[in-house]
Amino acid sequence: MLTAPNERLKRLIRQTLLIRRIEERVIELYPSDKIQSPVHLSIGQEPVAVGLCEAMTPQDILFTTYRGHAYYIAKGGTLPELMAELYGRSGGVSGGKAGSMHLAAPEVGMMGSSAVVASTIPHGVGAALAAKLRGEKQAVITVFGDGATEEGVYHESLNFAVLHKVPVLFVCENNALAVHTSLAERQAFDTESHAKAYGINTTVIEDGNDLIKIGDVTAKLLASLRAGGGPEWLMIKTYRYKEHVGPGDDFDAGYRKRADMEPWWKSDPLNRYADIVKGMEAEVKAEIDRAVAFAEASAPPAPEQLLTDVE
Amino acid sequence: MRRLSFGDAVRECLTQEMERDPSVFVYGIGVPDFKAIFGTTAGLAEKFGPQRCFDTPLSEESMTGFALGAALKGMRPVHVHIRVEFLLLAMNQIVNMMSCHNYMTGGRTPLPVVIRAIIGRGWGQGAQHSKSLFSYFTHIPGLKVVAPTTPRDAKGLLAASIRDNNPVIFLEHRWLHWIEDDVPAESFVEPLGVARVMREGRDLTIVATSWMNVEAMHAAKILAGAGINIEVIDPRTLAPLDIDPIVKSVKKTGRCLVADYDWLHSGFSAEVAAQVSELCFGDLKRPVQRIGFAPTPCPTVRTLENHFYPNAETIVRAVERMLDRPAMDLSGIDFYSHERRFRGPF
Repeated sequence: MLTAPNERLKRLIRQTLLIRRIEERVIELYPSDKIQSPVHLSIGQEPVAVGLCEAMTPQDILFTTYRGHAYYIAKGGTLPELMAELYGRSGGVSGGKAGSMHLAAPEVGMMGSSAVVASTIPHGVGAALAAKLRGEKQAVITVFGDGATEEGVYHESLNFAVLHKVPVLFVCENNALAVHTSLAERQAFDTESHAKAYGINTTVIEDGNDLIKIGDVTAKLLASLRAGGGPEWLMIKTYRYKEHVGPGDDFDAGYRKRADMEPWWKSDPLNRYADIVKGMEAEVKAEIDRAVAFAEASAPPAPEQLLTDVE
Repeated sequence: MRRLSFGDAVRECLTQEMERDPSVFVYGIGVPDFKAIFGTTAGLAEKFGPQRCFDTPLSEESMTGFALGAALKGMRPVHVHIRVEFLLLAMNQIVNMMSCHNYMTGGRTPLPVVIRAIIGRGWGQGAQHSKSLFSYFTHIPGLKVVAPTTPRDAKGLLAASIRDNNPVIFLEHRWLHWIEDDVPAESFVEPLGVARVMREGRDLTIVATSWMNVEAMHAAKILAGAGINIEVIDPRTLAPLDIDPIVKSVKKTGRCLVADYDWLHSGFSAEVAAQVSELCFGDLKRPVQRIGFAPTPCPTVRTLENHFYPNAETIVRAVERMLDRPAMDLSGIDFYSHERRFRGPF
């Protein structure tokens, strides 16, 4: 159960709202072809990113996936540079070389995101062991989807992290879908009991819309890492409202039912706290307008930019 | 100057780099064990402790991605593989992640990672412990590829690779580990991206990779007996390729033979041949020729293996054809001393 709205909850709701509305703006803009690359929207899953990042300091390190807009924003990445990146403009966070799928903002600890599923999992293990060797109290979270738990590199990374007591938090953001294929059609194993087999502590949050709970649980797990504990494993169940890639809905595609969405829609903090949300809309819209205006005004990268940053 | 083997030069370099920079660490399957990757990592775990020299599970992809994460946190990992074939299990991390990470972040995440791997012939290693795979790596922008031949270059180029801020694939031929030569005792750097003229000559230019430099020097000595004067160039860094000294040489000799330690089709030799053909077209007296592995998997049995790998004899014959010379009598010349020296089991 969510507690009564207080300042903390309002802050988390506002961040969730900001992510939702900026991705809805992406949907609006998409037919104009101003964004000329695939977009994997996190709409429906925003509370996971918001809750996880609430527990992190800007120095803490995050690795994530191609469904990364929410993480970029929640970790503290700036909005105008995000929008300009989606537009492929020189003012973008990576000058247009990353786009939607490879967002990174190392200055706020958002170290990278990958379009190849599971590939950033070992990056988190390496960064966490490096931080430990350097005596830095940085916490590291590596986020992946449920599909990633089928990849070999996930198993390899869990094994090494437990073996070497690497202070990293593995987070499985479980929307029970890999593109259009359900968990039941893909996995012969139970994800949590499989992880337990490596001897890692596991935690499962059933309600991925519970901002406070995600924040609290993450804070507790990160405190354990900072105190010198070994790796932790957290699964957060959530729900993807939109199609795997692109701006549309796909409930008529046959692989899932609109009714599946109903419980998530009900517990969606933006619906649950509609009254609070209402009071935030104007300010959030203005913030997004500014970001879009920045992107519109930003020049495309000069052709010579093609050859920079490769060595 | 003091003489040192290639393998000991690698070990000395690792030791000195770990001494001078606490962010350097060395790891990989078997790295701290009693065989220590043919001795090249011997003593590191004892000297620097298990945090800076450690073994890993058999998890090539994860342990490669691990290097990327550690490099992002300011470390300089050196990941070691006893055979280059094992890198095929890590290609996702090397090609999809490491090579482009810094580019995708607009230059904000340089990755100082070195991946060392042993290549080439040993003792009946068969199809899966015998390759070089140069072009697998040289094909990818964002990777540097280094293949030293001499002990001095092994030391200096490895130091440069460790200090470089890009991912470097460092490929060492198994037999080169025994080669001995003068190597400075102090720490030093040989710059990456600079070719070395191994031998000057006027009649024909051989561009040779890794072990093929040993064979090319052997061939040049045999050919010198017949009055043929060969220039041998070791690119040392296969990517980026220092083409200028090669062009200069071919403009002088008018003939170019690329002796690659790899398959020819779509290989590094094709790149050299293409560039030389483009840049020296008017000066070439003959089309650029190439020699390399037979277009088959590597056989295990020695009689076939002898025909799979090119050697000095292959080079002599190719040079004779390019110079319209009759075939020399090569009976009595020993072409396989190293292969006999290697007595296994691995």
